[in-house]
Amino acid sequence: MSQKATVLFDAPGPRARRRNAIIGVLGIALLAGGLAWVVYRFDQTGQFDSQKWDPFQYTAIQQMILDGLKATLKAFALAVVFSLVLGALLAAARLSDHRPVRWAATAFVTFFRAMPLLILIFFLYLAPAKLSYWPGFLDFINDDPMWPLVIGLSLYNGTVQAENMRAGILALPKGQSEAAYALGLRKYQVMTFILVPQGIRSMLPTIISQMVVTLKDTSLGFLITYEELLFIAKRLGSYQDYGLPLIPAAIVVGTIYIISCMILSGVAVWLERFLSRGRKGRVQKIDVVSGETLGAGAGISV
Amino acid sequence: MKVLTDNWDLISEGFVTTLKLTLWCGLVALVLGTLLAACRVSPVAPLRWFGAAYVNLVRNTPLTLIMFFVALGFPKLNWNMDYFTFAVIAVGGYTAAFICEAVRSGINTVPIGQAEAARSIGMSFNQTLTLIVLPQALRAVIPPIGSLLIAMVRNSAIASAFNVHDLFGTNAQMVENGNDVVLVFLWIAVGYLIITLSMSALFALLEKKLAVAR
Amino acid sequence: MNLRKSIAIAGISALALFGTAACGKDGSPEEKTPEAPASNATGGGAPAAKPTVPTFTVKAGVDLSATSPTWKKAKDRGHLVIGAKEDQPFLGSMDPATKKRSGFDIEMARMISAELGLDPAQIEFKTIASANRETALQKGDVDMYVGTYSITDKRKDSVSFAGPYYVSGQSLLVKKNETAITGKDTIKGKKVCSAKGSTPIQTIKDKFPETTPIEYDTYSLCVDNLLSGQVDAVSTDEAILKGYAAKDPDHLKVVGDNFSVEKYGIGLPKDDAALRAAVNDALDAKEKDGTWKKVYDATLGLSGSPAPTIPAIERY
Repeated sequence: MSQKATVLFDAPGPRARRRNAIIGVLGIALLAGGLAWVVYRFDQTGQFDSQKWDPFQYTAIQQMILDGLKATLKAFALAVVFSLVLGALLAAARLSDHRPVRWAATAFVTFFRAMPLLILIFFLYLAPAKLSYWPGFLDFINDDPMWPLVIGLSLYNGTVQAENMRAGILALPKGQSEAAYALGLRKYQVMTFILVPQGIRSMLPTIISQMVVTLKDTSLGFLITYEELLFIAKRLGSYQDYGLPLIPAAIVVGTIYIISCMILSGVAVWLERFLSRGRKGRVQKIDVVSGETLGAGAGISV
Repeated sequence: MKVLTDNWDLISEGFVTTLKLTLWCGLVALVLGTLLAACRVSPVAPLRWFGAAYVNLVRNTPLTLIMFFVALGFPKLNWNMDYFTFAVIAVGGYTAAFICEAVRSGINTVPIGQAEAARSIGMSFNQTLTLIVLPQALRAVIPPIGSLLIAMVRNSAIASAFNVHDLFGTNAQMVENGNDVVLVFLWIAVGYLIITLSMSALFALLEKKLAVAR
Repeated sequence: MNLRKSIAIAGISALALFGTAACGKDGSPEEKTPEAPASNATGGGAPAAKPTVPTFTVKAGVDLSATSPTWKKAKDRGHLVIGAKEDQPFLGSMDPATKKRSGFDIEMARMISAELGLDPAQIEFKTIASANRETALQKGDVDMYVGTYSITDKRKDSVSFAGPYYVSGQSLLVKKNETAITGKDTIKGKKVCSAKGSTPIQTIKDKFPETTPIEYDTYSLCVDNLLSGQVDAVSTDEAILKGYAAKDPDHLKVVGDNFSVEKYGIGLPKDDAALRAAVNDALDAKEKDGTWKKVYDATLGLSGSPAPTIPAIERY
C-alpha cells in the first residue's frame, strides 16, 4: 500500500522514496527518544521501583484485580443486555405507526443521548438517599452502586443502540418491506421476519462498536465507589505501604482494558468483513473504525 | 427556578468553565486529530504506524483512565500544570483519536479518479490537495465531527472528578447546600443541553453551507 | 491487517499477564512500619522492641439485652458490626490483599467490643465513607462507627456519640524539605488538598480565601499529589496526617499547631442511651488502666509523637 498511488499522492519515485525513508528514520528516532524520555522520567521518580511493582506478584493482589475485572464484566454484561433490549424497544417505538408512541420514543432518545452519562449515574447514585419521595421499591438502587452504573449505562447506550438499529432497518431497500406486505404479511411479521433480522445483520458491527463504548464507560463506576477495575487500581495505588503505586496500577488495569476492548473491536472488524464478503454491494458502507454510518450521522461511538 | 437563581454564581461559573473546556478540548482534538490523520495516510510508513498505534491505543482506553493517568502521572514527569490543562490534554487527546478516524474515512470517500483527473490536467500536489481532495473530504467529514465534538462536551464532565470546577462539578456543592437533587441535576442538564444543541445547530448550518448539489 | 495486529498485541500482553500470574506469591507484600521511635537516627543498631497492641480479654457477665436493642441484636448475631475507615494509616487501615485491619481506631473498636462482652476477633468491620456515616448508623447497617468521627451538634441530631476518646485538630502535612509553609498563616496563595466535601476543605475555603483548595475523594490521592509537587500541602486532622507522615518520614512532615479542635467520638444509633453509657464506661475503664496508652504507643505513637492527653468523657 505504501508504494501505490492513492487519492493523496502519486506512487513515489526514487527521490521521494529516499526522502520518505529519511523522514521515517527521523520519525522513529523522535518517537523512540520521546518514549525513552518518559520511561526515564518515570524511572527517575521511582515509578519502576520494585516496591511499587512487587505487590502485583502476590496472588492476593492478583485476586483483587481479577475481582475488579469480574465486577467490570458483570456491569458490562448487564448493561449490554439491558441496552439491547431497551434499544430494540425504542427502535420499534420510533418506527411505530402510532404518532404518540413515536413522539414519546423520540423525546426519550433525544433527552438521554444529549445528557452526559455522568449526570445520569450520579443522579441515580445520590437521589435515593436525598429524596424523601423516592419510591420504596426502587431502594435496591441505593444498596449497591452497581445499579446506578448499570442503569445509567443502559439508558444511554440503549438510546444509541436504538438509533443504530433504526438506521439499519431504514437503510434496507424499500422493496424488502413492499414485497413482504404484498405477500400479505402483517406489520409485526414484516418487522420480525423481514426487516429486523436484515437490519441487525447489517448494523451488527456498529452495535458491537457501541459495546466497546459501554465497556469503557463501566470505568465511570469508580467515581461512585463501584469496585470495578479502575476503583481497584485506585485502592491499590492509594496504599502507602506499597509506595502509592498509582501509575503501576493504572498501567496494569489499563492493559486489561485495552486488551478487552481490542478483542471486542476485533470482533466488530471481523464481523464487518465477514458480513460484507458474501453480499458485496448490498450492505451499506459502514465505517466500523469510527463506528459511524457515514453520512447518516446515527450513533457515533465515543 | 429558585435553585437556579440562588446558585447563579456557582452555575454560571461552572457553565463558563465547561464552555472554555469545550473550546480548548475541541481545538486540541481538531488540530491533533488532523495531524494524526495526516500521519495515517502519509507515504511514510513509520508515521502511519505511529498514527495507527495512537488511535488503537487511545480509542480502546477508557477516558476515565486517561484522565487518571494524565492528572496523576504528568506531575511525576515534573510536568506540573493546572488541572484545567490536564483535562484539556486528556479529553482533547482522547477525542483526537476519533477525529483522526473521521478525517481519514472522509479522505477515503473521495474517489481516486478525482485525484488522477486533477493530476492528469497538470495540477500540482498542493493544488490537488487544496482544490480537489480536501473540499470534498471536508463535506463528508463535517457531520461525524459534529457528533464527535458533541460527545466530547458530554465526556468533559469527567474533568470535574479531577479538580476542574466545571458545570457538572457544581452538583456536589449545591447538593451539599441542601438543594433538591432533582432540580440541581435538571439545571445542570439544561446547561449541557444549551451547549450541545447550539453545537448541533452550528454543524447543521455548516453542513448546509458546504452541501453542493451533485 | 488491523485485526491481525490487534490479536498479536492482545496475545503478547495476555502472555505477559499470565506470565506474572504464573509466578504469583502467596501472602501479602511486606508492610512498611517505621522502626521504634528514636532508633531510626542511625539505622545501625538493633531497634528497640516495638510496642505491640495489647490483647483484649472479653469481659464476662455483660448483659444489656433489656436496655440496649443494638447490643441485643449484636449478641444474637454473635458479634458487632462496626463501621470504619480503610485508608488511614495507623488509624483505620486495611491491607488490600489480606483484608486485615489495623490502626488506633480499629483497636479502640476491638477494646470496646471486649468490654461489651463480645469477642473482638469476631467483629465484622465495614468500610463506610465519611459522607454515609449517619445514614449507615440510622439504617442500622452498622452497630457503631469508629473512624475519626468528630462530635458535632449537627451530627448529634441524627446519631449519638460516646467519648470523646481522642482530641485532634486541623493541621498541615508538607514535604520534608518544605520551608515556606510552617503553619496556617503561611498558606496564602498555596494549593492545599483535602477530601471532597469534608470539614477541613470547607474551613480552607471559608477562612483562607487566598488559598487554592484542591479536592480528591481520598487523602491518599492528596498525599500522592503532594509528593509529586502538584499541591503544596495536605490539610486535615493532625491524627490522620501523623499516620501518613509515620509511613513515609523521609519525605513528609506535619507542621504548625492545630487550628481547630476535633473531638473523636464513637458513633452510635441515636436512641440507644444504654449502649452509649456502656461504651463510655468501657472507655473510662480502659483509659484509666493504661490500655488506651498501650494502644496509642503501638499505632499512632510509632510516628514519634508523644501521646496527647486523654480527653475527659462527655456524658449527655
